Amino acid sequence: MSATYTVRDSATMLRRNLLHIRRYPSLSIMLVAQPILFLLLFVYVFGGTLGAGLPGQQGGGDRGDYLVFITPGILFMTVTSVALGTAISTATDMTTGIIARFRTMNIARVSVLTGHVLGAVIRTGFAVVIVTAFAFLLGFRSDADPLRWLGAIGLLLLIAFSLTWLTVGMGLAADSVETASNTPLFLVILPFVSSAFVPTDAMPAGLRQFAEYQPFTPMINTLRALVTGAATDSDRWLAIGWCVAIALLGYLWSRRLFLRVPAT
Amino acid sequence: MTATDPAIEVSGLTKSYGDHTVLDGVDLTVPTGTVYALLGPNGAGKTTIVNILATLLAPGDGEIRVAGFDVRREPAGVRAAIGVTGQFSAIDELLTGAENLRLMADLAHLDRARATTAVTVMLERFDLARAADRRAQTYSGGEKRRLDLAMTLIARPRLIFLDEPTAGLDPRSRRDLWAIVREQVTGGVTVLLTTQYLEEADQLADRIGVLDGGRLVAEGTAAQLKRRVPGGHVSVQFTDAAGLAAAAAAHPAATADAEALTLQVPGDGSIAGLRRVLDGLDDDDVAGLTVSSADLDDVFLALTGRAAEAPAAEEIPA
Repeated sequence: MSATYTVRDSATMLRRNLLHIRRYPSLSIMLVAQPILFLLLFVYVFGGTLGAGLPGQQGGGDRGDYLVFITPGILFMTVTSVALGTAISTATDMTTGIIARFRTMNIARVSVLTGHVLGAVIRTGFAVVIVTAFAFLLGFRSDADPLRWLGAIGLLLLIAFSLTWLTVGMGLAADSVETASNTPLFLVILPFVSSAFVPTDAMPAGLRQFAEYQPFTPMINTLRALVTGAATDSDRWLAIGWCVAIALLGYLWSRRLFLRVPAT
Repeated sequence: MTATDPAIEVSGLTKSYGDHTVLDGVDLTVPTGTVYALLGPNGAGKTTIVNILATLLAPGDGEIRVAGFDVRREPAGVRAAIGVTGQFSAIDELLTGAENLRLMADLAHLDRARATTAVTVMLERFDLARAADRRAQTYSGGEKRRLDLAMTLIARPRLIFLDEPTAGLDPRSRRDLWAIVREQVTGGVTVLLTTQYLEEADQLADRIGVLDGGRLVAEGTAAQLKRRVPGGHVSVQFTDAAGLAAAAAAHPAATADAEALTLQVPGDGSIAGLRRVLDGLDDDDVAGLTVSSADLDDVFLALTGRAAEAPAAEEIPA
């Protein structure tokens, strides 16, 4: 299969997935609603108390400071939320008859998956814009220059790309749509044990080490630095490294699952 | 592949799931430009054969060449030559009919202008022009099947697999679909179809293979197969037991059902045979009469020699 056909088939499959996203808006709404609910919950229910515990503020911070702290974490959860949705939509797609048709066609077959991933990245882009606008509506303000915002958007899309290859694999590996909606749940849990909601320094030893070294923390730290206009540190290379590693792993796994000719 | 090479060559094909044998040494040759029908009940292995030939399922043992390509080593070559319409609709239900066809045209790598033309032509040919902009999930069973077949044919495959293409269709849709298949064959396309209906195989196929328990138990033209099958039966319903008894005495080969007051007389499919049955009957004694031509059950019974009290379907591995 030539590279030209691979690109063309992927574009065709992307168009198919974008049509699916447009025809089935309720899933998109649900996927955006989840991070927005978390944002409201954490800012208005926990925000007063959590803000007071933030370091680096004189006499502790307030609800507004916590909103600034948590917004990058919520943007990250927007990405995981869409990635989780992609596991479900991939698994659902695999139950439809047209997938068998694709398998009997002389096309770049992995483009079926590429279409899902690229569609999910675009869906993430829209979701991130909506959630960011919502954060601004609640009073989020930032000193970040346009270049930093561009960097933040680039990083979010890279994270979306890598996590989606992983969840596409989960969608393929799942024996049912229900399983596919359960296996990626760790993507929703892991941010809680990271720097997304509270600084990792506040955690007890053991948990703190885990939070500091797990892949999501450098991603969220870099995102926070970009979005709030602070200087990024070595975490950004760690974040990009994790993204590349997860994307590669997810891609190879998904590809293997999809291309094998089943014996049963 | 030259025109004289067979489109499909299968020898010694086996397939089993664990200890369960699904295909038990199938040999099959389909010359290019002909129609071959695999006839058999559910569970005989028809779909398994199609899935293996279409590169959807790994074969067990045996040599399998499709369009000149080895299904194990050259699956891309096989895929470039074939089109498949299975039992379960292979359409994208969230897309409209036109979008589904466009998807296939693009995946067949037609250029923009040719793709647009091909979509319009297929929508017209398959009587879907009015439904073109409706989502496929709103289509009727017949429309779905037509769209499915149009999606298979838009890429102009040289060899098409039709797995029970008319299952669940009404008689008119069935006839429409037969017409489309005949049209393809006129254009030089090779067709392998599976069916449970002898009539369908009879209508379409040059050769028919009867599949039973993963083995081809008979092969030949429709006429050759029918010669091996009794010509159906004549079923007579009587008004009273006396009439039934009299007729039963006159036809020793017939089966009488005293409860239902019916007599089943095996026929040979000829008018003379039917007349012999009718001649012995008195109009006043007869409440009803049905003439049944040989159906799959009759063919099956004759070819496998399986007794009627052990229904064929139950003995076939699923």
